[in-house]
Amino acid sequence: MSNLTDLTIASARAGLDAGDFSARELAAAHIAAMAEHKTLNTFITETPERALADADAADARRAAGQVASALDGVPIAMKDLFCTEGVRSTAGSHILEPFVPPYESTVSAKLKAGGSVMLGKANLDEFAMGSANITSYYGPVTNPWVAGNGDNRQRVPGGSSGGSAAAVAARIAIAATGTDTGGSIRQPASFCGIVGMKPTYGRCSRWGIVAFASSLDQAGPMTRTVEDAAIMLQVMAGHDPKDSTSAPYDTPNFSEKLRSGVKGLKIGVPREYRVDGMPAEIDSVWQQGADWLRDLGAEVVEISLPHTKYALPTYYIIAPAEASSNLARYDGVRYGLRVPGNDLKEMYENTRAEGFGAEVKRRIMIGTYVLSAGYYDAYYIKAQKVRSLILRDFTSAFEKVDAILTPTAPSAAFALGEKQDDPVQMYLNDVFTVPASMAGLPAISVPGGLSAEGLPLGLHLIGKPFDEVTLFQVAQALEDAAGFEARPAGY
Amino acid sequence: MAELLEHPKLLKGDSGEWEIVIGLEVHAQVISNAKLFSGAPIAFGAEPNTQVSLVDAAFPGMLPVLNEHCVEQAVLTGLGINGTVNKYSRFDRKNYFYADLPQGYQISQFEFPIVTGGFVDVEPEGEVPKRIGVTRLHVEQDAGKSIHDQHPTQSYIDLNRSGTALMEIVSEPDMRSGEQATAYLTKLRQVLRYLGTCDGNMDQGSMRCDINVSVRHPGDELGTRCEVKNVNSIRFVRQAIEYEARRQIRLIENGGTVVQETRLYDPSKGETRSMRSKEDAHDYRYFPDPDLLPLRLEDEYIERIRAGMPELPDAKRARFVADYGISDYDAWVMTADQDTADFFEGVVKGRDAKLATNWITGDYFAYLNREGFDVTNAPIGGQKLGGLVDLISDNTISGRIAKDVFEAMIESGKDAAAIVEEKGLVQITDTGAIEAMIDDVIAKNQDKLEQYRSGKDKLFGFFVGQVMKATQGKANPAMVNQLLKPKLDG
Repeated sequence: MSNLTDLTIASARAGLDAGDFSARELAAAHIAAMAEHKTLNTFITETPERALADADAADARRAAGQVASALDGVPIAMKDLFCTEGVRSTAGSHILEPFVPPYESTVSAKLKAGGSVMLGKANLDEFAMGSANITSYYGPVTNPWVAGNGDNRQRVPGGSSGGSAAAVAARIAIAATGTDTGGSIRQPASFCGIVGMKPTYGRCSRWGIVAFASSLDQAGPMTRTVEDAAIMLQVMAGHDPKDSTSAPYDTPNFSEKLRSGVKGLKIGVPREYRVDGMPAEIDSVWQQGADWLRDLGAEVVEISLPHTKYALPTYYIIAPAEASSNLARYDGVRYGLRVPGNDLKEMYENTRAEGFGAEVKRRIMIGTYVLSAGYYDAYYIKAQKVRSLILRDFTSAFEKVDAILTPTAPSAAFALGEKQDDPVQMYLNDVFTVPASMAGLPAISVPGGLSAEGLPLGLHLIGKPFDEVTLFQVAQALEDAAGFEARPAGY
Repeated sequence: MAELLEHPKLLKGDSGEWEIVIGLEVHAQVISNAKLFSGAPIAFGAEPNTQVSLVDAAFPGMLPVLNEHCVEQAVLTGLGINGTVNKYSRFDRKNYFYADLPQGYQISQFEFPIVTGGFVDVEPEGEVPKRIGVTRLHVEQDAGKSIHDQHPTQSYIDLNRSGTALMEIVSEPDMRSGEQATAYLTKLRQVLRYLGTCDGNMDQGSMRCDINVSVRHPGDELGTRCEVKNVNSIRFVRQAIEYEARRQIRLIENGGTVVQETRLYDPSKGETRSMRSKEDAHDYRYFPDPDLLPLRLEDEYIERIRAGMPELPDAKRARFVADYGISDYDAWVMTADQDTADFFEGVVKGRDAKLATNWITGDYFAYLNREGFDVTNAPIGGQKLGGLVDLISDNTISGRIAKDVFEAMIESGKDAAAIVEEKGLVQITDTGAIEAMIDDVIAKNQDKLEQYRSGKDKLFGFFVGQVMKATQGKANPAMVNQLLKPKLDG
């Protein structure tokens, strides 16, 4: 029997089906790992009792021959942006510190119904705003990876789904949920050497997920293999009438073409992603990825996405604009933190001043500014126009190619404390992931190799809208070719 | 009848005459099964915070889903006020903080309303009819309620109303008098009630009105306007306009200038007072709600709603005049609301329309007023009234006896026919019997006969009275008149 915390979803299922171990044993092993690696701060709220109860129920179902899904009995971490019934849901913010929802988000409800075992609520950047998981009110998350060159500085796990990524990389959870607004699944996946997948906007319901930027937010799986990502998304996805932006489409079998290879597929490499000052090792892992796909029989062609350079600045108008409005509900009146004041206005000011961290305040202010009378046209309207141009770039590119290959992030995981004083430097982390977000496209980060320092680097694939099947197909080929076996030392 | 004014009276000031310019924004609560974006019910008068879903209370991660019935109601209303239903409309967020606005924004339609254009034809009191333009109709969420009088230092919040669907109907600045504004509101309310899209109860807050008022010398450019908020009765609308117009005139004539601001009407003092100036006005930071898709309507959908539209008051009134031959005034009265119109048609159909109308507008409405009933709940309903009218029409009873029968009906609740039967009130229409009665009366009043014949024509009435008295009113009055004349004349 292999180490229980080393399993994938697929191998855990096989083991459970074969009776090699029980869901309770599997849960207990992960609960132990969670306790052992507490210093990584991957969880805001741990739910070991709930996990054991979930596991017992899974064992009972399996014994009765009523396995609920491929995730039945599989221990997962739930990003603390998903509202979970009866379990505190903080969004990484002080303002929601006491908040226990009386409802379950659609995605977490599907995972629950599918029999997954919830270990706890994973740490994240406050309201999913951040790229290093350092904005959480509950403290930063530590990346289990350290450089292999004697530089022992703690590394950030990326963000905002940093707790989820670190927990999966550190073998605390077999898989985790993430949410991605501009790269919040894919960039931490790249930093932590795991697979992170953002589906097409509308594929997963947003109902019950604390909103950051409604037109961009999308839930997705974070796993150690491409196959696991496909399996997990299968359970998470589906039309939800409670979310008006949820796509009214049937969910395809995401694993259908995992073993089909890439022969005959066309893979685009966008020239505009070769940005100034890009580290050579990022360029070389990208080149390596293209070579692998070519070697496997895909045709790799250079494409142009001319408006790429406008994606990040545009994102930092639209996302804060929506956030400034979405976060208005945290006012101390009905739930969450309330800091009293002498009148209503003072109560608002005190509550929001104390309840929100600096990065959240910064984005609320940016968003409020760009929506203000006199600035709206110059910023918000302009940004929306650019957004349609970005989408048009992709639409025409996809007339020629089946998927697009880019690096996931412009660097490997940086040290805790780096880039912390320069928000723009921090925002640049998402330069490669944001364009797909703006266009609502499915995208995935797959470990491509290690940096010179021995830290993981991700490769990023972007697919056609609602064509996750092809995206997984290419990602699987890339994963096979990369043969990424490295793991953080000591995990 | 006094002549109708072509133009409303101008207000007199020291610097000449002033014209009032008025535009109205009406918020009409949509009659619906549930709120605009949540499945929560909307019963009026329910215990506080019992009609609230997680969406209405803006819990984290909650999302709006458009209630299609509310859209249908808005489309119906748009058609009813002769507007253009837009096949593309969009929901925007209007951002501001208030304790009874859980989301921190109201979902409304800013740039692309569901209905544009339209008009309402009105008949202001004492003035000629006028057409008032409608700029737009859009759909939006209502806020909750803050309750400030339950605790010395704190306010209570009731979210029952939060998220309820409203239609905001914005008029053009086409009105020039309080009478016109009143007529517009009354007519709009009547149309909404006919359509069944808003109950129009201003006292319950399901129809509310903001008034934009400015003044100018006739022919001048538009003056600076003030918005008077939340006027909750039609009577107050007129008072608020008159107060506000005079305040502005006084201000200007004393060398001041009107500042654009929002004012509140205080009905207890009959005055408006400043609420916030333009400088304090919110920057609502409108932007398209990313939680909702644009609303796209098909032609067939709009046409299907148009086909199901009820007959509206103006058309009904014209038809009543044409079909039943009643006066325009009576038709106006009978079409005041859908229930009255239905009641009227129920009574009139197949009967002498003029006779029936006289009965409805006369004794019957007097009865409703006296007893505090309306046409839908009165114990004496249309069928019973129709039965009475039938007895008059077929000469079973006279109009005079009918009044007594009607009173007996009210008292006993019995049908007219039963009462007539019971009390033996059947009209005497036998010529011989009436002639015998006349002869008897003449025989007893020879002196009066002499006087009549010597020129005192008026005594004719005396003889009629005597004959009726002798028959306890049961003689057919027309026959009495007809038979009496030749006998008196000799």
